[in-house]
Amino acid sequence: MNFKLKDIVPQLITVLAVVLVFGFFTYNAQINMENRGIDFGYGFLSQESSFDVQFSLIEYDGSHSYFRAYLVGLLNTILVSVIGIIIATILGVIVGIARLSPNYLINKFAAFYVEFFRNIPLLLQIFFWYFAALRALPLPQDAEAMFGVFFLTIKGLYVPAFIWQNFNIFFYSIIAAIIAIIVIRAHAKKVQENQGKQIPVFLISIGLIFILPLLSFLIGGVRLSFEVPVLKQLATTSFIYEGGVSLPPELIALTLSLSLYTATFIAECVRAGIQGVGKGQKEAAASIGLTPNQVLKLVIMPQALRIIIPPTTNQYLNLTKNSSLAAAIAYPDLVLVFAGTALMQTGKAIEIVSITMFTYLTLSISISILMNWYNKKIAIQEK
Amino acid sequence: MSNINFLKPDRTNLNIFLYLGSFLFFISILDVFLNSFFRLNLTGFLPNFLSFLLPLILGFVGLYFIRIEYSGIKNLDLLNKHINTNNFNAVLSLLIIFIIIKSLPPILSWFVIDASFAGDTKDVCTGSGACWTYIKVWMRRFMYGMYPNAEQWRINLSFVALVLLGSVGYFATDKFKKYLTLYYVVIYPLIAFLFIFFFISGGPVFFDFSYGIIAAILSIIIGFFIPSKFKFYYFLIVPLALYVILKYFLFFEEYIELGKLDGLNWVETGAWGGLSLTFIISFFCLIFCFPIGMAFALGRRSEFPLIRYISVGFIEFWRGVPLITVLFMSAVMFPMFLPEDFFIDKLVRAIIAISLFEAAYVAEVIRGGLQALPRGQYEAAKSLGMGYWKMHIFVILPQALKLVIPGIANTFLALVKDTPLIFVVGLLEIVGMLNLAKTNPKWLGFAMEGYVFAAIIFWIICYAMSKYSYNLEQKYKTDR
Repeated sequence: MNFKLKDIVPQLITVLAVVLVFGFFTYNAQINMENRGIDFGYGFLSQESSFDVQFSLIEYDGSHSYFRAYLVGLLNTILVSVIGIIIATILGVIVGIARLSPNYLINKFAAFYVEFFRNIPLLLQIFFWYFAALRALPLPQDAEAMFGVFFLTIKGLYVPAFIWQNFNIFFYSIIAAIIAIIVIRAHAKKVQENQGKQIPVFLISIGLIFILPLLSFLIGGVRLSFEVPVLKQLATTSFIYEGGVSLPPELIALTLSLSLYTATFIAECVRAGIQGVGKGQKEAAASIGLTPNQVLKLVIMPQALRIIIPPTTNQYLNLTKNSSLAAAIAYPDLVLVFAGTALMQTGKAIEIVSITMFTYLTLSISISILMNWYNKKIAIQEK
Repeated sequence: MSNINFLKPDRTNLNIFLYLGSFLFFISILDVFLNSFFRLNLTGFLPNFLSFLLPLILGFVGLYFIRIEYSGIKNLDLLNKHINTNNFNAVLSLLIIFIIIKSLPPILSWFVIDASFAGDTKDVCTGSGACWTYIKVWMRRFMYGMYPNAEQWRINLSFVALVLLGSVGYFATDKFKKYLTLYYVVIYPLIAFLFIFFFISGGPVFFDFSYGIIAAILSIIIGFFIPSKFKFYYFLIVPLALYVILKYFLFFEEYIELGKLDGLNWVETGAWGGLSLTFIISFFCLIFCFPIGMAFALGRRSEFPLIRYISVGFIEFWRGVPLITVLFMSAVMFPMFLPEDFFIDKLVRAIIAISLFEAAYVAEVIRGGLQALPRGQYEAAKSLGMGYWKMHIFVILPQALKLVIPGIANTFLALVKDTPLIFVVGLLEIVGMLNLAKTNPKWLGFAMEGYVFAAIIFWIICYAMSKYSYNLEQKYKTDR
C-alpha cells in the first residue's frame, strides 16, 4: 500500500466539512432544545395520542398510542400508493400502446392525454378533483345508485361490503392457484426452451385462478354475502348511508389524480420501451413464421420490458412519494397524521420529521431493491 | 353489375360500397352531432337502448363498407390507412369522434357562451357557465400575491429587465459567445439576485445597489479602453475594487441621495406570492440545483471512496423522501439546527430545500450522461495530459450535458410543477392564492374557475418548456 497525499487530502477535506456541518447542527440543536426545555427521545411513541383520525384501516381512536397513529398513517399511505400504482399501470400501459397505434385518432387522443395531464402540477390536479369536481356530486339523498349497489355522493363512494365465512380457506386457495401458476410457467418455459413447444400458459393461468377459488366455494364451505349500503335519515335534511364500505372523497380525489398523473409518465416509458426494440427484431421474428401474437409475446415484450422497467420503477417511487400531497386535502396519510397532528401535539420536531423521512426512505429503497432484483432477473444474460 | 356480396366489399362494386358506406357513416355522425348541439334525437322513436347504440352500429357498418384496399381513390385510401384499418380500430375511431362531438358543446358553453366576463361583483355570475369575472377581480392577487398594489410596478420592471438581460445570448456576436457560459452561470444570477433582493424587497439597503450599478457602469465604460489581453483580469478585479472604493472611501452624500430612489418600501417575503413567486422560486432553484447536482454527479463517479460514499448518501437520501417532508423539515426542524439569534427568511429556506432536493435528481441525470460516454473519451483526454478538472470541463461535461438535455429539462419541469408545495412553509404562490380566494366569503363557489385558470397557466409554461428543450436537443444533436 502506498498512500499518496494527493489522494487523501481531498477526501479528508470533504469528510471534515461534512463532520463540521453535522457537528454544528447537533451542537445548535442541543443548545436550542436545552433553552426551550425540550428533551430528545422516542418515548412519546407509547403515550396516549388523544386525537382522532377520520379514516383508518385498523382500529384506532384517541386512546391509542402515538405509535398506533403512526401505523394508521403509514397504512393509509400504502393503501393510496398501491391503488394508485395498479390503476396507473393499467392506464399507462393502455395509453402507451395507444400512442403507438397506427390509428391517427387514437394516437392523437393518447398524445393529448399525456401532454395534458403531464404538464399540470399534481397538487393543482388534486385540488381540482377534491375542491371542484367532487364537490359537484349529489348529496346522499339525491344520489342515484350505479348498478344498484354503488352510491357516489359528495360524502364519498359507498360500495357493498363483503362478508366472508371461512375466509382463510378462500385465501389459501388463491395462494395455491398462484403457486400452481408459477410452477406451470417455469415448466412451460423449460418445455419451450428444450422442445420449442408452446403451452397455452395464459389460458391455464386464468383457468386456475378462477377454478381453485370456485372449488373452495363448492366444497370448502366458503360463503360470501354482500352488505349493501342503505340510506338512513338522521335529521330532516341530513342523510347518511349505513353498512357497506365508504371510501372518503379525499381518497377518491387522491387516487384519481395520482393515477391520472403518473399514468402519463408510465405511458411514455412503455412507448419508449416498445419503440426501443429494433424494427429488425420484428421483421426477423415475422420472417421465421411466428404469428403476430407470438412476435409480441416472445420477441418484443421480453426486450421492451428491459427498457420499460427501470424508469417505471422510478415512477412507482414517485407515486409513493407524491402520495404525501394527501396532507393538502386532509387525507390522513403519514404526513398529515404523524408529521402534522402528532407533531403539533408533542412538539417533537426532530424525532417526528426524522421518523417520517426514514419511513419514506425505507419504502423507496425497498421498492427499488425489489425492482432491481426483478430487473436483474430479466436482464440479458450475455454469454 | 355483377352479384354483390355485402359481407365482402371489393373493388368491383366500388361505387356502390362507397356511396352506401359514406352515407351510413355520414348519418351516424349527423345523428350524434344534432343530438349534442341541438338536442334533437332523430332516432327517438326507437327503444332507448337501440337509439343510443344506433349511430355506433350505422357508423361501424359504413366504415366496414368503405374499407376497400387499393381503391385507387387517394383520400379513401388515406382514411382507411389512418382510422379504419380493421373492425377494432373502426369502433375506436368512431367512439373517439363521438366523444369529441359530445363533449364540445358543454365545454364551449362553460368556457365561452354561458360564461360571464363583465362587471366586478359576484352578482353578474348568474349563468351556468364559468365566472371569469372572479379571475378578473382577483387577477392582481393571483399574479402578485399580497404585494401592495402600488408597488407592483417593481416586480414588473424587475421581470422585464431580467428577461431582457436573459435574452443577451441571442444577440451576442461570435466574439462574445465564449463569455456566455460565464455570464449565465455567474453574472446573470448575481444580477437577478440583486434585482430581487434590493428591488422587489426594497428598503434602505438600496444604497449598496446604487454603488454596485455605478461601479458596474464605470468599469464597463473604462473596459472598452483596456487591451483585450488583460480584459479578463480587469473584469475580475476592477468592478469589485471600484465598488469597495465607492462605498468605503468616497462619501459623496449628494450622490448617494441620487441613487437611493426614495420611497422604495420594504416588502417582506411573506407578502410575496402569486405567479411572480412561482417564477422567483423556480428561477433560483433552477440556478442553484444545477451546479450542486453536477458536483454530486462527479462526486458519485469519483475515484475517492469517501467522496463517493458521501455523494451516494446525499443523492439517495434526497431522492428517497418526498418534497413535502423536506419542506416540513425546512420549516420546523431546520431552525433548531441554527444558532438561536440566527434567522433565515422562510423564502430562502424553501429555496435551499427545493434546490437540494432537485439537485439530487439533476445529479442522477448527469451521472447517466457521464456513464453513457465511451471510455475512449476519458482515455483520450488523459493521454493528452489533461488533469481531472481540465478533462471534465473541456471534454467530458460538454458531451455528457448534451446527452442529458431531455433529462435535465424534465427535472426542471418537475421543479416548476413542485413549486405549489411551498404552501407548507406558509408561502402562497398561485395555487395557494387560489385556495385563499376560494374561501373569501364574497366569492364562494368559484373553485372550478380558479383551478382551470391556474391549470391553463401552468400548462402553457410547462408545454413551452418541454418544446424548448426538444428544440435544444435537436440543435445540439451530434452524430456519433
